[in-house]
Amino acid sequence: MRISILTMAVVAVSAAALSAAEIDPKEVNYEDGVVKASLTGVAGDPANGAEVVGNKSLGNCVACHQVSDLADIPFQGEIGPPLDGAADRWSEAELRGIVANAKIMFEDTMMPAFYKVDGFIRPGNAYTGEAADETFGPLLSAQQIEDVVAYLSTLKE
Amino acid sequence: MTNFKQAIGVFVVASTVAMGAVADPVDDTLVLNEETTIVTRTAAPAHVADALDEVMSGWLFRGTETRAMQADDFDNPGMIFVEQAEDTWNTAEGTEGKSCADCHGASDEMAGVRPTFPKWNDAAEEVFTLEMQINDCRENRMGAEKWKYTGGDMVNMTALLASVSRGMPVDVAIDGPAQSTWEDGKELYYTRTGQLELSCANCHEDSYGLMIRADHLSQGQINGFPVYRLKNTKLNAVHDRFKGCIRDTRAETYSPGSPEFVALELYVASRGNGLSVEGPAVRN
Ligand code: HEC
Ligand code: HEC
Repeated sequence: MRISILTMAVVAVSAAALSAAEIDPKEVNYEDGVVKASLTGVAGDPANGAEVVGNKSLGNCVACHQVSDLADIPFQGEIGPPLDGAADRWSEAELRGIVANAKIMFEDTMMPAFYKVDGFIRPGNAYTGEAADETFGPLLSAQQIEDVVAYLSTLKE
Repeated sequence: MTNFKQAIGVFVVASTVAMGAVADPVDDTLVLNEETTIVTRTAAPAHVADALDEVMSGWLFRGTETRAMQADDFDNPGMIFVEQAEDTWNTAEGTEGKSCADCHGASDEMAGVRPTFPKWNDAAEEVFTLEMQINDCRENRMGAEKWKYTGGDMVNMTALLASVSRGMPVDVAIDGPAQSTWEDGKELYYTRTGQLELSCANCHEDSYGLMIRADHLSQGQINGFPVYRLKNTKLNAVHDRFKGCIRDTRAETYSPGSPEFVALELYVASRGNGLSVEGPAVRN
């Protein structure tokens, strides 16, 4: 199961890399935490974004945030603010910056950076407790970030 | 920034009330076997007063049934392992043909030992955890093999030694020769590790009382260790818990018994100075 997800991610990443439009995690341009340009040039898919937000082995955003739109997912956390109405509060470019690396917009925030590959202390190999190896990559792929941003953009009150 | 956080804080409180979620620690008293009152909440010791007003046992963050299991030794599954350790306590082992009891007397003579560990050991010139002390006795006084740091024999024995100190206040020394180890532990406590960049403090100081997915975050106190967990139906050692929490930050963990975890244990124990020893506690 885990292997197949990984394989899919690798396939997705290399396919996107072929299109040459994907922005590397180290090349993302943040202006006060905001990222204007799409990371892939491919429009995000909100349905897939909802899956990433709710799925424990993908974004697992609901570990910390409540999302009424995903009410069928049990045990939503309360570490961060509820995401209901996120699109009323933030533009698409702001949401992209928050999801890719919230620490630029919100200094010292508990929210993990989902599109970052360096600057970690003792990075591990997923949840194994072992040191990271050469398969280490960002928590979400560029297209997954775009999908999440597309989904968040539908959350209006 | 601060305003934004405060606004969120207010929002969280408001939504919690609205949904009637039980996120705060309960208002309940732990009386063990209807005779020993356990201090599960007390004023924070001076060295953590800048961060917390009160320190609270993990017991206050668990459900009604889990709390009840711990209140009665007949219902506490951890006590089975205490009984096993009692046999070991009285069994001679090693080249010296001695048992723990031969040097120390009955196990309840050890009341008062658990609350002061980890503590500085003059001969070894380092901070000793209870596990290190136990292995030191085995090797050097009994001529017996060391136990694995978080193995069954070891965790059972620490449960026995905790059980005879239940109700006594945790009281580890953080000054004198132990001070630099304590400072190393403090540094680790506040270091944001792993790909999720989370520190102990992020979860257990800034967010206790809140839900992180299905888990109700406590202050991560260790006065209840070793803890019997319903999740894996066995006693769990402190260093295994540290390892699990660090692993969950998607980090490379330290090993049980490592100098890093010894330092972290001293620091975390000191955050609970004043809480009663509870081990073996029951947790989910
Ligand atoms: C470990 C906790 C945690 C996780 C996991 C997490 N967040 Fe957050 N998030 C926060 C916190 C805390 C804040 C508040 C910002 C601050 O710290 O000031 C926040 C803020 C936000 C905001 C802005 C809040 C607003 O006003 O609406 C958005 C949008 C957001 N997160 C989306 C996400 C998405 C999407 C994911 C998953 C891909 C995610 N978060 C995962 C903790 C988390
Ligand atoms: C991502 C969040 C997170 C981080 C970071 C974290 N923990 Fe935990 N910890 C938990 C959860 C969830 C539990 C289970 C519920 C509880 O008791 O808080 C837990 C439980 C514990 C317990 C058991 C408490 C009891 O009464 O049984 C201890 C001790 C503990 N953590 C210590 C630590 C230490 C030390 C660190 C840093 C090395 C740490 N934790 C980092 C989430 C975290």
